[in-house]
Amino acid sequence: MTAVAAAAPSPAARRPRREVSRLVAPLVVGVAFVLLWQAFVELRDIKPYVLPKPTAIWEQLRLNWSGIVDSAKVSGANALVGLLAGSILAIATGILSARSRIADELLTPLAAAANAMPIIALAPVFNTMFSSTSVVPRRLVVTVVVFFPVFVNTVRGLRTVDPVHRELLDSYAATPWQFTRTVRLPGALPFVFTGLRLASSLAVIAAVVSEYFGGLQTGLGTRITSAAANTAYPRAWAYVIASCALGLAFYVTALLLERVAMPWRAHGSH
Amino acid sequence: MTAPAVEITGVSKVFTTGQAGDVRALDGIDLVVRAGEFVSLIGPSGCGKSTLLRLVADLVEPTAGEVRVNGKTAHAARVDQDYGIAFQSAGLLEWRTVARNVELPLELHGMPKRERADRSRELLALVGLEEFAGHRPSQLSGGMQQRVAIARALAAKPALLLMDEPFGALDEMTRERMQAELVRICAETSTTVIFVTHSIPEAVYLSDRVVVMSARPGRISHVVDVALGDRDDDTREATAFFTKITEVREALRGEQVDGTLRAVEVR
Repeated sequence: MTAVAAAAPSPAARRPRREVSRLVAPLVVGVAFVLLWQAFVELRDIKPYVLPKPTAIWEQLRLNWSGIVDSAKVSGANALVGLLAGSILAIATGILSARSRIADELLTPLAAAANAMPIIALAPVFNTMFSSTSVVPRRLVVTVVVFFPVFVNTVRGLRTVDPVHRELLDSYAATPWQFTRTVRLPGALPFVFTGLRLASSLAVIAAVVSEYFGGLQTGLGTRITSAAANTAYPRAWAYVIASCALGLAFYVTALLLERVAMPWRAHGSH
Repeated sequence: MTAPAVEITGVSKVFTTGQAGDVRALDGIDLVVRAGEFVSLIGPSGCGKSTLLRLVADLVEPTAGEVRVNGKTAHAARVDQDYGIAFQSAGLLEWRTVARNVELPLELHGMPKRERADRSRELLALVGLEEFAGHRPSQLSGGMQQRVAIARALAAKPALLLMDEPFGALDEMTRERMQAELVRICAETSTTVIFVTHSIPEAVYLSDRVVVMSARPGRISHVVDVALGDRDDDTREATAFFTKITEVREALRGEQVDGTLRAVEVR
């Protein structure tokens, strides 16, 4: 929920008082949730394999810290490489698609079909295509997952031009390149970053889940399945929480990049 | 004898709309605008006044007839930047600062950076926004944004200013202040203006001549000479102002009665 609220910054929300309440409110809710969880498990005497106590998970987080950091680095690297590859590919094809009708008619249905496919289910297929000691299959899954949201938003951004800007630049007898540089590209940025923001958390999810299907014995996903297989549920949960933190880190980075790239949006109105 | 600022001869414009058939937006338009003159186009919705403005701007091509601007074809005039244009929405680029928005037309035509900066400072002073040069458009009110748009339209020192309801979205008070400023700016820069509006008082206050148009097809039905001379706040309360408003209103009403009758016939 907090992620969604942060994704739609309204001008009013930038005032310091609102900024504080925006941080405090989800924190309070989060702490209350953890306390309720702990109380519920203790009072109802729930077995750890059903639902471990937050304190037990915390214990595992501390015990396995170096393992968690190493696994997060592996999954994070897969997510990052896939995210970059998928985004570059998506932006490039998006530009092509926005420029040429034929390219668009070819690419858009293909992209939609790729999106409808349960891509993570392809992980075992990719694993047999490449050697099982390769990181390529996982990165490939991330690339494909990331492609669609970035592609769709890029195309929409490049196509969305205020008719007044069109007429204005026509009145200046601007060349097509001048139009692209001064109006089309900067106007598309907010859309591209919306795509990247969506893609950033998807990338981590895809990287972690693709590890469930065998291949290299590294990464957060692998650790989650092996802990669960050994009935070490608090440890599995500790890795789940690490995955969640990794996803958030990617999301926040995308959000910060967005602000840096579009200072006119970060400014807001007074 | 210099060429008139704008010379429109026998112009008509038909929009082909596919299955709905053709729409005759303008028919047999003749209009000459002298250099330094302020001419308003007024008329009911769909009378083609905006289309007429876009024909002068060479944003739309006439189906028949000829448009000449400063003695050249409209196309040559557009390429030479002979006119500046402002629309109902300011149309500022939100990712540029106010100053860089004003500089946009100069930048596209390769004016060196330093000259550009000097010119934008000058223009922002003209519209009273010099302290907002570094602001983003989103930090400005609607009226201020529209003033930036006017500064931008004047950036290349055009002899002709084309304005399509530039004050249409502003509240009445801001609107009157902007009108007074426009009169002052035009006097200072001796610019020719073609001004499209829905507002009779606005047309009368600003113009040397008010061109009244009728709809379906768009034609010029009356031309009302106004010329109130030097204008200030008292002008809006003067008898001459009201007389001219009545004259333009009657010219428009003649057309509207006509239009209503036609609508009744269709039913």
